[in-house]
Amino acid sequence: MSKTVQQEFAPGTHPDLPPPVNTTGIIGWSRKNLFSSPLNTILTLLAMLLLWKSLPPLFEWAVINSVSTADSREQCWNQMSSPGAGACWAFIKDRVELFTYGFYPPPLRWRVNISFVLLALAVVPVLYEKLPYRKYGLIYSAVFPFIAGWLLVGGFGLEQVDTDQFGGIMLTLIIGVTGISFSLPIGVALALGRQSNMPVLKILCVLFIEFIRGVPLITLLFVASTMLNYFLPPGTVYALLVRVLIMVTLFASAYMAEVIRGGLQAIAKGQHEAGDSLGLTYWQAHRLIILPQAMKISIPGIVSTFIGLYKDTTLVLIIGMMDILGLGNASLADAKWAGLANEVYIFVALYFFISCFSMSRYSLYLEKKLHTGH
Amino acid sequence: MRALEKIALTLIAVGALAFTATAGTLEDVKSRGELRCVVSTGVAGFAYPDSSGTWKGFDIDFCRATAAAVLGDSNAIKAVTSTGKTRFTKLNSGEGDVLWRNTTITFSRDVGVKLTFVGVNYYDGQGFMVNKSLGVTSATQLDGASVCIQTGTTTELNLADFFRQNNMSYEAVTIEKNSEARAAYLSGRCDIYTTDASGLAATRSTFPSPGNHIILPEIISKEPLGPAVRQGDDQWADIVRWIYNATVAAEELGVSSSNVDSMKGSNNPEILRLLGVEGSQGEELGMSKDWAYQVIKQVGNYGEIFERNIGTNTPIGLARGLNNQWTKGGLQYSPPFR
Repeated sequence: MSKTVQQEFAPGTHPDLPPPVNTTGIIGWSRKNLFSSPLNTILTLLAMLLLWKSLPPLFEWAVINSVSTADSREQCWNQMSSPGAGACWAFIKDRVELFTYGFYPPPLRWRVNISFVLLALAVVPVLYEKLPYRKYGLIYSAVFPFIAGWLLVGGFGLEQVDTDQFGGIMLTLIIGVTGISFSLPIGVALALGRQSNMPVLKILCVLFIEFIRGVPLITLLFVASTMLNYFLPPGTVYALLVRVLIMVTLFASAYMAEVIRGGLQAIAKGQHEAGDSLGLTYWQAHRLIILPQAMKISIPGIVSTFIGLYKDTTLVLIIGMMDILGLGNASLADAKWAGLANEVYIFVALYFFISCFSMSRYSLYLEKKLHTGH
Repeated sequence: MRALEKIALTLIAVGALAFTATAGTLEDVKSRGELRCVVSTGVAGFAYPDSSGTWKGFDIDFCRATAAAVLGDSNAIKAVTSTGKTRFTKLNSGEGDVLWRNTTITFSRDVGVKLTFVGVNYYDGQGFMVNKSLGVTSATQLDGASVCIQTGTTTELNLADFFRQNNMSYEAVTIEKNSEARAAYLSGRCDIYTTDASGLAATRSTFPSPGNHIILPEIISKEPLGPAVRQGDDQWADIVRWIYNATVAAEELGVSSSNVDSMKGSNNPEILRLLGVEGSQGEELGMSKDWAYQVIKQVGNYGEIFERNIGTNTPIGLARGLNNQWTKGGLQYSPPFR
């Protein structure tokens, strides 16, 4: 007991020591997430090897060796160390207008541009609750499809453009946005109809939903493109686009109805009874109590239906409509550029990834915002 | 039962109406002021959109020729894009007036699908392409090879027949599209690529080093590609047939887009009849007197159309071969304009 320990601090007043080095920062994070067990360590190393093998060549191809100004594939390849050593983005640059507007007459493309801007403006009030004067914004959003339809197709003072001139991103957006904006209300109606106590209504809704869900979309598109013309009386030939829009909307509505029915069934019976005991009518109870809750639960399902629908729009190329993927394929038949399939498909993939990823991020944000605990 | 019967009868009646309403294509086209051609969604050299969205190609030029003859304006066309699966319905349902879509004429299409084929504007045939390093010079040396082939086409059946006839075996690598086949062939997943010879030439022209690949001399099938119209409109079938004939006859007679004006003063009576200076052939077809003049002036004769789109000076680089004039050992032959 000859030695005494110098106490610098009175008991209980010692400041907190920093945490051990290997539990914080990059080291701590990687120990916890990447090397926590032998299996994880092996997987991490394998993943790193894979990235090391694939990323540098991809970067070299897509960025370092790429060529962005040329008039043909030959010219592109002549600028490279060996033909095909880099991406020939000049091809995409040459085709970007075609990919955006399809065959829409060039002097009238301002109408498409205005529609794009109006679409962006129409989306804002739907997405952001805090927008001032949101009510008027929403009215505008509801009217937007008709304004856009008038701008794109023409008539009433504007020069008429046939819908088979539509193509590219514009066509993809038209089909996607129409399907998305009309399938939600129809889907809600179908879901309520399926839950209804009225037998005829219920049977009709069930029949519709089960029939549409039992048939692949491509079958419906074939019906739209080939059979409808035989059944309709001559002279009433509807544009292919109209027939396809109807089929895509019906298809998405059936799926939407089932997603929303899932939400409706998750609502406890007490909620309905609460509505009844307050003396609310069926519509009041659904508008104020049931649907807001059911829709909130259904958000992930609704958004994944939207994303699925949006990507399914590329199926129209099988019936000869030129969406962005169809135009990409067609452009590959131009001998001037043929052989640059990778560039086209990467461009199309990027386009769809950006659109779909932003949809899914928005749905996450919405879920977080509406999360009130269940 | 009675209600069902009624519905069925109504449907049949409506269907029949839809069919009968398609007679008189010429009047429809004239009153519309625009010719609708059913074309493909992209075949190198034959139909493709350029960067401004204008359709170009061998088939498109024939569509333009048809518009020039019927409407006097080779630009008054609309390309109705269709895939292999929808092309015949688009024609039969009246969405298109004429099919210029490198379509092989077969018995079942002529008889079964109820089309009228009116000529062969391109004689094609299925061939093989191999890498030179394999040292193969004939398709009979291909025993055991792996073959890239498009699914659901007649090429698949032809291939099976050819290998069976020659007691050879092969391993099929099935692919969906030409661009996939190109990638699979270049990466060595298959030794041979087989499709129509024109397609092989077009694909080869896009390789980094086309010289390393050869197209074998064997052509194992007949693929006569030609235009089609709906059955039951003989006047319209005649029009399309003689527009095609006019391009072939013009080449044989030495009439081209550059000399067509001076040829109007030719002393060859057949040229004068063709160009509408003499006779009344245009009126008999229901068109203007100078219909063939418009075709040649605005689009060109068969040889010009061929060389412009798929000839040896284009990236596709096809030789005339079977598609040369009959006077030069080919099969392109027009009945006389008399």
